[in-house]
Amino acid sequence: MVAGKSLKLRINAEKCQGHNRCKALAPELIVLDTFGNAQPAGDGIVPRELEEKARLAKANCPEFAVDISEE
Amino acid sequence: MTTRPPVTDWATDWDHLERQWSENPYPIWDGLRKTCPVAHTERYMGAYLPTRYEDVKAVAHDTEHFSSRRVVLRETRPETILPAPPITSDPPHHKRAKQILLPRFTPDAIARLEPKTRAICDELIDGFVGKRRVDAAQAYSRHIPVRIIAFMLGVPESDSPRFIDWIHRILEVGITDQTAAMTAGREMVEYFAGHIERTAREGGDNLISDLLAVREDGQPLPPEHVNGTLRLLLIAGIDTTWSAIGSSLWHLAQHPEDRRRLVAEPRLMPLAIEEFLRAYAPVTMAREVVKETTLAGCPVKPGNMLLLSFPAANRDPAMFPNADKVIIDRKENRHAAFGLGIHRCVGSNLARMEMRIAVEAFLKRIPEFRLDPSQGVTWSEGTVRGPRRLPLLLG
Repeated sequence: MVAGKSLKLRINAEKCQGHNRCKALAPELIVLDTFGNAQPAGDGIVPRELEEKARLAKANCPEFAVDISEE
Repeated sequence: MTTRPPVTDWATDWDHLERQWSENPYPIWDGLRKTCPVAHTERYMGAYLPTRYEDVKAVAHDTEHFSSRRVVLRETRPETILPAPPITSDPPHHKRAKQILLPRFTPDAIARLEPKTRAICDELIDGFVGKRRVDAAQAYSRHIPVRIIAFMLGVPESDSPRFIDWIHRILEVGITDQTAAMTAGREMVEYFAGHIERTAREGGDNLISDLLAVREDGQPLPPEHVNGTLRLLLIAGIDTTWSAIGSSLWHLAQHPEDRRRLVAEPRLMPLAIEEFLRAYAPVTMAREVVKETTLAGCPVKPGNMLLLSFPAANRDPAMFPNADKVIIDRKENRHAAFGLGIHRCVGSNLARMEMRIAVEAFLKRIPEFRLDPSQGVTWSEGTVRGPRRLPLLLG
């Protein structure tokens, strides 16, 4: 990856159904509301050491609600 | 059970109560996916069967054409339907009915039940550890989820045998015998009416008291809503996870390499549980077609039901590479064992926790076991599939 660029994790709230797979795989990157629906922790910027977890969170969302992109 | 005419052609005459389906459904679905991805049957007063992941997903997300008011495929159309919100609810009523329940089922809330679950598992294992043989379905898996859901509902765990009997009559016998299902349903209504009354009087900190505390525009939920939701939680929380735990042990009994790897690398357990859920997904739901549409190019007509086979979707090679192989460290696994869309299983975190603790506890004390070749495994049929007899040789 190009040095200096970082990943940002986004969750489509319309698609999220609270399966919580992202929370299980990338707990540092996800916060849940009272109903278990997921939101990115903080600004969604993924620290370099958590990038693999972010990719797993995306790859395991049954609703295709998690997206990661370079910022 | 009455004798059923044998299936002549799975594409035009399928029957999920056929013995071949109960014992080994995977080749049936693999065949249909290639030749007729949306099969139909005249049985059950007409019903469709999609077997590809994409089509199952499309139906699960399409509440306009596919209603949840009937979620179990039965031979006759019930004269009266006892609603069980939110599973039998369609938009717009569904969302709030589900939200009432969700706070008790978040990962944090469920984590608090781990010690109790582990204690139940250990107590059950105490009953057969050191013996040569055990039926792991009858002596182990069936007792775990029923006791936890009883605790969450605030009803006596000692009533478990009644719960298991009701489920058998509603979900298995009831497919072909409407009277059996209705009688069991009425017994459940009466049972919960008593516990609702007691909780209203004495208070509590459980799912019954949660439901009684709800106020919508100042009004409590209608009694039939509360009762229906409690029946749903009881039914959905028991033989589903019992089946999933049993199937996991059934797999491990036959795959020493997976068993030994999980003992050596316990951190793989959560991934392995997801893979068992994918490969042996226990729950098949149904929908009622309420508006004409097409599915994979096939016309789909109102008046028919549709069998929503999440287990078949989970075996689709277009979605899952090596779909027929159980890969306990599969990294990408968007399986649909808990459904997709708004009806995603409210208890998915609970089921996952129970499966993980149950398999961990078993492997910890009984790392070596295999199927007992002198006795057969038997499977439940219909809506929920899992081993009901699982004879193992231990050690």
